[in-house]
Amino acid sequence: MTTQAEKPRSRLDPEPLPRRDFLGLGALGSALAALAVALVGMARLPKAAVLSSPSKKFRVTLPESLPPGQALVPEGRSVAVFRDEEGVYAISTVCTHLGCVVRVTPEGFECPCHGSRFAADGSVIKGPAPKPLPWRKVSGAGGTYVVDEDATVPVGTKVKA
Amino acid sequence: MSTASSRPRSALGQLWDNLRALPGRLRRAVFRTGAPVTDRTRSNFVFGNVFLHIHAVRTHRWSLRWSTTWGLGVAAAAAFLITLVTGVLLMFYYKPYPEVAYDSIKDIHYVVPTGRFIRNIHRWAGNVMVVVVFLHMARTFYTAAYRKPREFNWLVGLGLLVLTLGLSFTGYLLPWDQLAYWAITIGANIAQSPREVTDALGITEVFDPGGLQRQLLLGSDVVGEEALIRFYLFHVMILPLALGILLAVHFWRIRKDGGLVRPADADQRLPREPDLVPVFTEAPQKTYHLAALVRGQTPAVGRGPENTVPSMPHLFYAELGVLMLTVLVSLALALVIDAPLKELANPSVPENPAKAPWYFLGLQELVSFSAFMGGIGIPTVVLAGLGLIPFLDREESGTGEWFGGPGGGRLVVGSAAFGLGSVVGVEAVAIRFGWLREWFPEIPQLVITAVNPGTVLAALYAGFSLWVVHRWNSVRSGAMALFTCFLCGFVVLTVIGTWFRGPNWNFYWWPTLWPAH
Repeated sequence: MTTQAEKPRSRLDPEPLPRRDFLGLGALGSALAALAVALVGMARLPKAAVLSSPSKKFRVTLPESLPPGQALVPEGRSVAVFRDEEGVYAISTVCTHLGCVVRVTPEGFECPCHGSRFAADGSVIKGPAPKPLPWRKVSGAGGTYVVDEDATVPVGTKVKA
Repeated sequence: MSTASSRPRSALGQLWDNLRALPGRLRRAVFRTGAPVTDRTRSNFVFGNVFLHIHAVRTHRWSLRWSTTWGLGVAAAAAFLITLVTGVLLMFYYKPYPEVAYDSIKDIHYVVPTGRFIRNIHRWAGNVMVVVVFLHMARTFYTAAYRKPREFNWLVGLGLLVLTLGLSFTGYLLPWDQLAYWAITIGANIAQSPREVTDALGITEVFDPGGLQRQLLLGSDVVGEEALIRFYLFHVMILPLALGILLAVHFWRIRKDGGLVRPADADQRLPREPDLVPVFTEAPQKTYHLAALVRGQTPAVGRGPENTVPSMPHLFYAELGVLMLTVLVSLALALVIDAPLKELANPSVPENPAKAPWYFLGLQELVSFSAFMGGIGIPTVVLAGLGLIPFLDREESGTGEWFGGPGGGRLVVGSAAFGLGSVVGVEAVAIRFGWLREWFPEIPQLVITAVNPGTVLAALYAGFSLWVVHRWNSVRSGAMALFTCFLCGFVVLTVIGTWFRGPNWNFYWWPTLWPAH
């Protein structure tokens, strides 16, 4: 009886995938998958669900003596409130370029950080600011108004005094 | 009595002897190799020590010439070490909470024993680190040390550059003074500046990477306590850890890539050293078959360690010298100039002008034309370009030579002239005549984002470099032109941002010309 001698395999020939390698690959794969899922979970943590910023709505009382076109910038707020013949309006004082607080000047607004200049209605005249200063929502009547720094209204929206 | 020595020692006596032998045995337990007096014990001294064994046992004489590196890499690592030590000391008193933070810095400055000195050293070592890292990069570039097999280490170095700048920037917020607050406001809005593009395209509602970046950075929509704790975490934990790990890789790769770069004919060019004892008295007979088990290029294969000297003491004393010099410079600066501390942060009144730390003022100058291009677009292109250099320049001539490659020093001088001329010219036009918005008020924002002094300058530099590639028929020459232009642009923009920009970022020849408040 002769048995068919198997052709001797050289050590250098590629081996078929043995069971151990298959299990190893499986383990490696599942470890990588677990790591990926864990990373997604960890990456989710730093993105806050609730932002700890103070309320953006505030109440402001305009003094009778406030001349038309002169700004009132309430303490700690980044919005300038105006009153003229057509009504009351508010323009954001946060530069649309890089977030510096603009100064109110007789001609409009100017930013100290990179020299952006805005007209009295907030439109960009000069400098790197990409967008005009947004107008903020004003509600109320009489001498007291509520300004919402989060709500933008179209340019020219004024509330009847 | 006379037989006492032959009697076995009593246990009490043994104890006494052991106690007396303790210092010597402790020393031998810690330092197993003995004094480094022969070549063999010198080798043991290196590889028997966990901190030193990242060095090779022997160092090529070319690596020890001053002009090979000027010690810049070691100086950068030394500066990092100084900031690490002083930073940990500052953490004893620093409290990362708005206003409290400011008070704690004031305490460190005025009350804590040596606090002011330690803070000054920390600040100056940080500055030294930024300068030295840039110089180190320039050295690596101009000696073409990024070439094969060192491409990966060049990339690791770029990572270290970014981490160094990140550490500086995050440290800037911690005092919570006016300087800090407004620099971080600007920085966070640069992170948000992709909105400049998404707004112009009208897709911010659905796709807002800028807003996400800003929110992740600040943890809020204002610069407040959340932002401070995040910057603190980055400054004292995440970034130093990342930098330490990359540094280890960086050092390790130096050795694995065959030590410091040197010209192919370095051995012939080194002066003969009569005292140098040959390592192999005959030519090596081994054929290093075993080394063939390691794939790829191993630098030691087929080469004897001739023209090398023991790392201990030659290399280590040189490194110690550079470390001491770095310490000396940091201490001297710390003694002479105090780290700044302005008034408490005031969210309603920006500094005028509000300036970032000096090494970001070049970027701030670009940002004053377009937030997105200056803050994100151009830096990304520059980093990508630097990272591509070793993969585009596959030439071999000039490796290890200062300004090696076709054209050499003359090309660098010419490129510097072009680089300086273009940046000064573009800036002069922008300062004297303004830019597109002043000429065409109705121009769409996207046009300004795409065409502003920063992008024009980048295009000029890129065009010039392509011309150099063609003119000298060499990628290396083009890379040298581009890198030289980049350095010139960086320096000039930084100088303009630092000394020639005043209130409202207007141009002034001298700070005394600034308008009074």
